[in-house]
Amino acid sequence: MEEEFESGVVKKFMYVNRKVPYGTIYALEVLEMILISAAFDQDVHVAFLDDGVYQIKKGQSTGDSGMKNFSPTYRALEGYDIEKLYVEKESLEERGLTEADLLVPVEVLSRTELAQLMSEMDMVLSA
Amino acid sequence: MSTLHTVNKSPFERSNLDACLGRALAGDMILLMEDGVVAAIKGTAVSGRVEDAAKQFRVYVLGPDLAARGFDPGAVVSGVQVADYGTFVDLAAEARTVNAWL
Repeated sequence: MEEEFESGVVKKFMYVNRKVPYGTIYALEVLEMILISAAFDQDVHVAFLDDGVYQIKKGQSTGDSGMKNFSPTYRALEGYDIEKLYVEKESLEERGLTEADLLVPVEVLSRTELAQLMSEMDMVLSA
Repeated sequence: MSTLHTVNKSPFERSNLDACLGRALAGDMILLMEDGVVAAIKGTAVSGRVEDAAKQFRVYVLGPDLAARGFDPGAVVSGVQVADYGTFVDLAAEARTVNAWL
């Protein structure tokens, strides 16, 4: 890997988020991985499907629960040149959500389109 | 180029088998491993779904994980092949990407 980075090879990475935030550490850990990968100038894609769509739901307020609200960080990804954010349409619909409920601009794809995009990646990290 | 999908949780406890089956593409490989091996067992509420999946995808179950949970290869639904660790490595090497559904 080190040699590849040194020679400037850019790989297509996709981080697949499938879990509700706060109940487990997965959402926060994936977000940290995304930020780290940005430092390596890779072609980073971030997908939200199944319960992962809740990670970018607007209006998260964690004060009373005593946890850190990390949702504003998704809006900061743009500043790290991570702008390829995808949400699965079926996952939104199953949960009664629409694009207007999301806190960051995304591209909404159907399950089939997202599966196709996923198959074009060099590396897929799902959590 | 195909993807190797790994599923390591029981379908009776978690939804990652469904998540995988909903996004796998024709010709992809699916390996049931760790607690995911129970999905490959005959006569359960999900065995029909796995048998159907085996017609569309190359479905494998990891033998050592199956044996650890007390199941023989004979207990596996038709169309699902029992793989050893060497086969797992071969599948990973053959695939363009490995997608571990957690």
